[in-house]
Amino acid sequence: MKFVDEYRKKDLILSVAENLRAISRKEIILMEVCGGHTMAIHRFGLASLLPSNIRLISGPGCPVCVSSQLFIDKAMAYSKIPGTIITTYGDLIRVPGSSTSLEKERAAGSDIRIVYSALESLEIARGNPEKNVIFLGIGFETTAPATAATIIKAKKEKISNFFVLSAHKVMPPVMKALVEEGVKINGFIAPGHVTAITGTSIYNDLASVYGLGVVVSGFEPADLMQAVLMLAIQMESGTPKVEIQYQRVVHYKGNIIAQQLLDEVFVHSDDSWRGLGMIPDSGLKIRENFSSFDAEKQFTVNVPESVEPKGCICGQILRGIKTPEDCTLFAKKCSPSHPVGACMVSAEGTCATYYKYRS
Amino acid sequence: MKLKERNILLGHGSGGRMMHELISDVFIKHFGNEILNEQSDSAILSVGSSEISFTTDSFVIDPLFFPGGNIGKLAVCGTVNDIAVSGAEPLYLSVSFIIEEGFPFNQLELIAESLASEAKKAGILIVTGDTKVVNKGKCDKLFINTAGIGRLKMKNRYISKALNLREGDVIIINGNIGDHGLAVMNARESFNFKTLVESDCASLNHMIKEVLDKYPVKFMRDPTRGGVATVMNELASKTNLGIELSESDLPVNKGVKAMCEILGFDPLHIANEGKVLIVAEEKEGLKILDLLKKNILGKKSAIIGRIVNEHPGKVVLRNETGGRRIVDSLTGDQLPRIC
Amino acid sequence: MCLAIPAKVISVDGTTARVTIEDVEYTASLLLLDDVKPGDFIMLHAGFAIEKVDPQEAAETLQLLLDMEKNLPN
Repeated sequence: MKFVDEYRKKDLILSVAENLRAISRKEIILMEVCGGHTMAIHRFGLASLLPSNIRLISGPGCPVCVSSQLFIDKAMAYSKIPGTIITTYGDLIRVPGSSTSLEKERAAGSDIRIVYSALESLEIARGNPEKNVIFLGIGFETTAPATAATIIKAKKEKISNFFVLSAHKVMPPVMKALVEEGVKINGFIAPGHVTAITGTSIYNDLASVYGLGVVVSGFEPADLMQAVLMLAIQMESGTPKVEIQYQRVVHYKGNIIAQQLLDEVFVHSDDSWRGLGMIPDSGLKIRENFSSFDAEKQFTVNVPESVEPKGCICGQILRGIKTPEDCTLFAKKCSPSHPVGACMVSAEGTCATYYKYRS
Repeated sequence: MKLKERNILLGHGSGGRMMHELISDVFIKHFGNEILNEQSDSAILSVGSSEISFTTDSFVIDPLFFPGGNIGKLAVCGTVNDIAVSGAEPLYLSVSFIIEEGFPFNQLELIAESLASEAKKAGILIVTGDTKVVNKGKCDKLFINTAGIGRLKMKNRYISKALNLREGDVIIINGNIGDHGLAVMNARESFNFKTLVESDCASLNHMIKEVLDKYPVKFMRDPTRGGVATVMNELASKTNLGIELSESDLPVNKGVKAMCEILGFDPLHIANEGKVLIVAEEKEGLKILDLLKKNILGKKSAIIGRIVNEHPGKVVLRNETGGRRIVDSLTGDQLPRIC
Repeated sequence: MCLAIPAKVISVDGTTARVTIEDVEYTASLLLLDDVKPGDFIMLHAGFAIEKVDPQEAAETLQLLLDMEKNLPN
């Protein structure tokens, strides 16, 4: 595949590793905050290629993992309203809520459908005028614009049976929160596709105020290795800054159209991140003038008090403080076929990734 | 299986770990016996002085018509292949229909035509059957159940039992993986991807007979639901040997590879309906490979891995960039109602 | 979920584009991207084209990596 295969060549990856070994001396800890990066690092075994002074940790990069239990429980409750069709990205289908999951509710008779694009959800609404179609909006800045565009299209085409339950989140507040909490990080491998939308200015404070290096990385193994090399060079020369490795896709300004759509439909609000608690200004809520599409405003449901499963340390794993191997449930009570916490269910979750690529 | 799961989930039928748990915890628990407990796709039975291979299958595929075939063709191929990979020569099939009230006659006719045409290709006779019609809404359009019988030569009797496997034995597959599952998923879901990928649905008995007549084979199985990964895990577990697969040697259609990248699927977990995995000693394996490649159903045959003594019971994939990772059986339900 | 894949634009029709990844075809939404022409490559994510892939930058990144291979220290 073009623009993919070239960046997977073994020799390229190994040569970057050689360069790293030659120049990198300082002990540094780098955090990636993107499920796609977590997957790629493990799939291609990149951590084992790094010199021992560089440590990679996974942060809260999986939007499914950090969606609050309340959100999942609400989705479940909506699915039980007669005449409702729930549409969702596949990633969410097996995430456990307090007592059940969308997959289990589907088995019990609820109409829950997997879609690849939010626009499919709109088509389902158009094709089923007598039903209410609720789309579960999860994802960071890469995916939220798609939801925004779909809501705007729904308004334009006067589709009145389409709704969105938004659990969309934005990255910078949680990155800052982790640093302020004291999680030991020297630099961030920043998410390539989030930044393609937002542009790089969202990371400026991390470099100028907190003195952290930030390199925006692509998703192929050569991209990630090059990003680590760029961060190592920054660390060795003591010049933390914001750089783009993924230059074939990311521009400093980002995607202006997508940014405008986001701004038109969503407003930043305080939001609860599963395992991390409330983070100010980190969520995207649907604005007043689009409230007729906001599932939270249009449907009232009773949801139980959220209960985190006993023994589950997803919160600490999401902060990068612990690894899945530190969890007493990992690979025993909690596995992909019987997930306890969200980190295991989502295909990109840290625990699912560790499990899949365990040696 | 966790007793707190009170309802059957789609994952219980997907051919992976959940289904195995269901079979052990409910079916084998109540009516297991020496033969059933082997959980082979085909049971090897001694009837008088003959050995026969006996299998059954149900087809609940949705949609009924998909690129490369339909439920009728699939019903024959699936059953014929189950018998053929046990080392036997398929002879007779039964075919039972459960039809939803209102199902169109012309579609049933097309399906019957496919059944007939595939039976002819495979050289088997459909000798008995059954027909039931249920009220609208009580079954989804059409379900087909089959049973098949084949004649087994003594020398092939042990093929499904995976005996005498050794380090260095090679694992061969006769072509591209993942075609069937993806073709069906694409025809069904609202995802709107257009692809040339077609089901690989085919009767493999003639090709398999050619191989068995000439060369000794240690083990065979067809990687249907749950894919190559699930069969390999079953084999590793059964023999308590390790299996090493090579990612760069896996034959995968470009379109299937692309769809897997887009949707985050693993071709090793996707169902195939025209593929057989063969394990043989290395020397024989190379000759088998040559023979397969001469067959129209084996043109893209490849050696995809070998048996090893390390990591007993586990399947490991060496990937293109030199890393290694464990390959598990399919968990839960990646693509529902694929066959 | 970050899964985005490079796809080649075959044709453009208002707010949608026919794109291909190998021989897989999809109708992607252009609601988030304008100035897209046949022959361009875009990143496809959840049914939308979210950005263009710049072949020039791609080639430069690749060249940088290849040069690293050639100029390995010692």
